[in-house]
Amino acid sequence: MNYNWDWNVFFKSTGIGSEIYLDWFISGLGWTIAVALVAWIVALIIGSILGVMRTLPNKAAASFAAGYVELFRNVPLLVQLFVWYFLVPDYLPEQTQIWFKQELAPTTSAYISVVVCLALFTAARVCEQVRTGIQALPKGQSAAALAVGFNQAQMYRHVLLPQAFRIIIPPLTSEFLNIFKNSSVASLIGLMELLAQTKQTAEFTANMFEAFTLATIIYFVLNMSLMGLMSWVERKVRVPGMMGGAK
Amino acid sequence: MSMISIKNVSKWYGEFQVLTDCTTKVSKGEVVVVCGPSGSGKSTLIKTVNALEPFQKGEIFVDGISVGDAKTDLPKLRARIGMVFQNFELFPHLSITENLTIAQQRVLGRSLDEAMQKGMHYLDRVGLKAHAGKFPGQLSGGQQQRVAIARALAMDPIAMLFDEPTSALDPEMVNEVLDVMVELAQEGMTMMCVTHEMGFARKVANRVIFMDRGHIVEDCSKDEFFGNPDARSERAKQFLSKILQH
Repeated sequence: MNYNWDWNVFFKSTGIGSEIYLDWFISGLGWTIAVALVAWIVALIIGSILGVMRTLPNKAAASFAAGYVELFRNVPLLVQLFVWYFLVPDYLPEQTQIWFKQELAPTTSAYISVVVCLALFTAARVCEQVRTGIQALPKGQSAAALAVGFNQAQMYRHVLLPQAFRIIIPPLTSEFLNIFKNSSVASLIGLMELLAQTKQTAEFTANMFEAFTLATIIYFVLNMSLMGLMSWVERKVRVPGMMGGAK
Repeated sequence: MSMISIKNVSKWYGEFQVLTDCTTKVSKGEVVVVCGPSGSGKSTLIKTVNALEPFQKGEIFVDGISVGDAKTDLPKLRARIGMVFQNFELFPHLSITENLTIAQQRVLGRSLDEAMQKGMHYLDRVGLKAHAGKFPGQLSGGQQQRVAIARALAMDPIAMLFDEPTSALDPEMVNEVLDVMVELAQEGMTMMCVTHEMGFARKVANRVIFMDRGHIVEDCSKDEFFGNPDARSERAKQFLSKILQH
């Protein structure tokens, strides 16, 4: 390939204030983390509640959660984002609509849409993992929990969920990484996260290869660090003699 | 007064009837052994006593409280009945100490100090005080089952249910668990035990119940059950001849 790589491009001025292009990437990374992390926390909470619902004897609760999963898992993420950003605001009550469309900064309304979208999408996937984690436990565990006098809530809180979450840390790690990667859809509704900043840099400088190479490296390092974080968590909560924990 | 009273209990899984018109009772301080072939319904019967298995017909009273009544506070009732399972079912993510104290604290509302004192007392009784800081996965099967017995006793139960407590154990570990159970029986604990350990039955049982295909076929004193084989039903004779052969 006959291409003159110019890595200095990131240190050149963007022409806006004293910013250099590297600042754009840093700010983009900040938005990526802000979107993914908040969406992840919401997804974890909603997904855990739904996952528990799927295992309850109450048929209505279980089918509601099952329906939720089918809906959010079978519609492409991008379609969901457009629905949340373009369609749903039109159906909000009038006051809320004015607030969302006119009073909020465009960046803020895009941020809210993408966080809601990613959180609800990922919640469906977390739900399935929490459900399988609970169902993977021996039946006798719930019997024993009830036998000592726990009510249903205590049974989940003290016996089932602490074990289920330990089991599903590896697949949850994948979802945790996915939500960071999926957050790049935000670039399509104008939120200047990492991918949007990369595209903008490429257009401003015509150094497309350098820009996307840097973006690739940033995503890669970010996800490797998250994986490291999750294996640290896994080691931290490992119990001797349980699921491969050393005796 | 009978501590556990089972009256005309029937239970179906869909079309299949697992319990048919079962009636028996366990008096205070009595030790009743329930035996019978696989699939005879003995585990199901014992689990109806603390409502781990619902039943469609009949009545069960524990200390005068109706188990089948929808108004009964089941967690409260279950907390008063100790249960020991075939597969121990200690909570593997909790240390032995936590296994012994968590229900005392969360269900009975005892303070940590009180729960610890009680837990350690019973852990000492089953001879495992030195293992308090370990996790269930670090103990042998026999040790885990002894902890499970201690966990149940720490709740100060009015009766204990044992569901094949030695069936999942290595042969070498059966006795350490039976020893604890014998001691418990001799102290006057009300016990209902599903087990094939006929030696245990001979030693401490007051009565023996024999079940087959969901029916209570025999319900008589230990002496009658073992001492008068000719008076037993054909099915019971067959069963006994097989398990007592060796």
